Amino acid sequence: MTHPDATAIADIAVRHPEAFRPKLWKRYSGLLGVVICALYTVYCWWFFSISLVLSTANWSLAATYLADWVSYEIRPNIEMKANHLDITYARFSKLGENPDPAWVVQQTAVVDMAPEIKSAPTVSPLSSSGSFVGTSGSSPGNANSVRSSSNSFLAPAQTDAGNANSVQSSGHSFVAETDSGAGPAAPAPPAEVRPLTPPTPLRSEQVVRADVHLGNWDMVVAPGHVSVLQGDVRHEFEIVHGKSVSSVGPLPPFAEQRKPGSTIYLSLGWSGRAEIQNDEVVVWRRFFGWKNFFFDTTSPFWGLPWSEVGPLLISGDRLDPARSNISLAFDNIWYNLDWQHGDVWTKLMQTVIMAFVGTVLASLVAFPLCFLAARNITPNRFANQAFKRIFDFLRSVDMLIWALFFTRAFGPGPLAGIAAIFLTDTGTLGKLYSEALENVDDKQREGVRSVGASPLSVQRFGVLPQVLPVFASQALYFWESNTRSATIIGAVGAGGIGLKLWEAMRTNQNWENVFYMVILILMVVFLFDMISSRLRAALMGKAQVS
Amino acid sequence: MPKPQLSPESQMMARHWDEMTSRKRLYSAGGLLVLLLAMGGSIWFANDSNSGKFFDRLPHLFDFFIDMQPRDWLEPWRALFDLVSPYDDGSLKYDYPAGRVYLTSTLYAPEYFYKMLETLNIAILSTLVGFGFAFVFCFAAAKNLAISPWLRFCVRRLMEVLRAFPEIVIAGFFLAVFSLGPIPAIIAVSIHTVGALGKMFFEVVENADMRPDEGLRAVGGSWIERVWFGIVPQIMPNFMSYFLLRLEINVRASTILGAVGAGGIGEQLRLSISRGHEAKTIAIIFLLFCTIVAVDQFSAWLRKRLVGAQAFQFGH
Repeated sequence: MTHPDATAIADIAVRHPEAFRPKLWKRYSGLLGVVICALYTVYCWWFFSISLVLSTANWSLAATYLADWVSYEIRPNIEMKANHLDITYARFSKLGENPDPAWVVQQTAVVDMAPEIKSAPTVSPLSSSGSFVGTSGSSPGNANSVRSSSNSFLAPAQTDAGNANSVQSSGHSFVAETDSGAGPAAPAPPAEVRPLTPPTPLRSEQVVRADVHLGNWDMVVAPGHVSVLQGDVRHEFEIVHGKSVSSVGPLPPFAEQRKPGSTIYLSLGWSGRAEIQNDEVVVWRRFFGWKNFFFDTTSPFWGLPWSEVGPLLISGDRLDPARSNISLAFDNIWYNLDWQHGDVWTKLMQTVIMAFVGTVLASLVAFPLCFLAARNITPNRFANQAFKRIFDFLRSVDMLIWALFFTRAFGPGPLAGIAAIFLTDTGTLGKLYSEALENVDDKQREGVRSVGASPLSVQRFGVLPQVLPVFASQALYFWESNTRSATIIGAVGAGGIGLKLWEAMRTNQNWENVFYMVILILMVVFLFDMISSRLRAALMGKAQVS
Repeated sequence: MPKPQLSPESQMMARHWDEMTSRKRLYSAGGLLVLLLAMGGSIWFANDSNSGKFFDRLPHLFDFFIDMQPRDWLEPWRALFDLVSPYDDGSLKYDYPAGRVYLTSTLYAPEYFYKMLETLNIAILSTLVGFGFAFVFCFAAAKNLAISPWLRFCVRRLMEVLRAFPEIVIAGFFLAVFSLGPIPAIIAVSIHTVGALGKMFFEVVENADMRPDEGLRAVGGSWIERVWFGIVPQIMPNFMSYFLLRLEINVRASTILGAVGAGGIGEQLRLSISRGHEAKTIAIIFLLFCTIVAVDQFSAWLRKRLVGAQAFQFGH
């Protein structure tokens, strides 16, 4: 072929200008496409009111949930009593039955316990608020008046309680009022109280101060008072028991209070967060990692380092006389309460099986049907069209609808998932297979037919060798992609790990379990991806060689 | 037929042939046996861990249809177009006009058409977003346009993770952040689409004809110019074809995500089934079926125009 030179091209361009000037539509089609896409995006922005949703989104929640994927929180609940603290942990805490973590330093003192005042309405207005420290301002005298009105169980000051006082700036402590020295000098209480409560002072050792260390932060909690140390900077918070919470000085930037006197929320960065309520302080301390991944707190192996667990498994005395330590350990791991390894793996297996069985059954059923649907194999237009429309129908009724239908029929579980994948893929594979059949090379069939083979042998030796690798390759591709779809239809009731994922996400508590399942799913998908692409490469390679 | 007399060399060849075929048969039989065992075990496991057993439940196969019988066969149409039902007793089941979406004071869009539009918009928008990102990523991931092997490695791994990451987790996470609505579905489907389209795109780019690129390189074109004028024009039809293919898949995906709480027609379907609203369910299934058929047909027609017979080869 000779190439025209520049002058020849110019010459042709003069004679046939229309061939060198593409149509307006063609020239600007790219630009037009971009403009349409931009307009459509603007329309969707309005349709879904995206900007509104983005502005109202709770991004701090997103950060917390994301952090939950790889960390856990321990939540000490520091309840404020009249003159001491009650530190409790959530039930089923990850620290076991009686947690006493090193980062919560408790100081105890012998204090008088305040008995409950039962018949509040008959008592003086001050104590009828149900709280002995209710009205305290910052003056000790005020505290005294409260004390006097609520009777004489306020015994002389305790010597030990000084450390409680040291962090308290306001005088609403029942113990050790050293500055006012008021205790014994209390005026006579209102007459109506006296017959009601003649309690004897109950003395016991109680926590009066808790130092909570959260990384760079320190919180010192004492009855009625919280101070937060950020490095060297100290922020003070006052609590009027049962009534209000307030910051001494301006509210620091890490704290948030929605209305004056209400709960103060502290966000302490990665270390965690805290809530100062008017009767308790709740601290969420964040730790990196997956706690109790192998043994939960009920297991005898819990809390032991691996260097001790190892020898125990191999040669240690039996912890449970009924069985060996290894089987006990396996049982503990399998039925771990926090991580539910056994359940997760069983559900994962269900999902894998849904995809596997569904795809294999679908290709087995689609295989004979596609011969009937292919124009060149079955010369019957009616049968061709009928089967093609059946395939279209199976494919177009969504997998979701099939899943809902079979969940009703078989009940939730993998059978519904298998049936849904089977029907959808029979449609898709049938369509693809019949298209592959219609594209086969006719020469081989003619060759086999020309030596007098039966019609079945013509298909077996003339057609099958050409299409079988393609069929297998497509089945493998769908097996791989169905492993992913099986996860989703699981969530609508078709069993498998999808439902478990969905349940774990719904609680918004178990994001670490979600991440664990996601990692397992990713591993399975990558593994199948690899197997399937290897097998397909082998199959298609063979097809090209033969 | 008498056996032909063979020379010793030929006899050896014949023996080798026999050995080869018998070994091949053995392998095939072994593979088939493994497959059968795996299938048997799997089916037993599936049946065992299902809440209802297969043969016990088989008579109930069509319960769905029996439960879904409407009171008369005009009801689904009334539900579809939000017309007043003669059985209206104020309950949600027959109160079709309640869902009308008024465009003007008298003109309304029927509820399910509006929800279907929402699902379609989710699918189209997320396919567009996915297309945009995949378009940028695929050139960095293609071997023949190497920028740096490290970048290629990172982009490819990123796309693999995006593709394999369960959509339902992304949707669930953003449902927690944004509360209910279609935006979590858009994000989830978009993220998956970036991975899926990115893989198909870079394979197309790697199969592109490199001669235009060479010509541009010879006259001193920069990397962007080479890609834009040398590669993009020849791959664009294939990209559009994959875009349309993905759109079909995403319509289904956004329906399913809707059923787990992300808005659109999927949510309506799940709600109406769980509440036992027969006419509404039939109307939704009908609408969904028609829409999927229409989208598939449109996409197949357009793909055929764009790339011819190549349009129907997918899954490689």
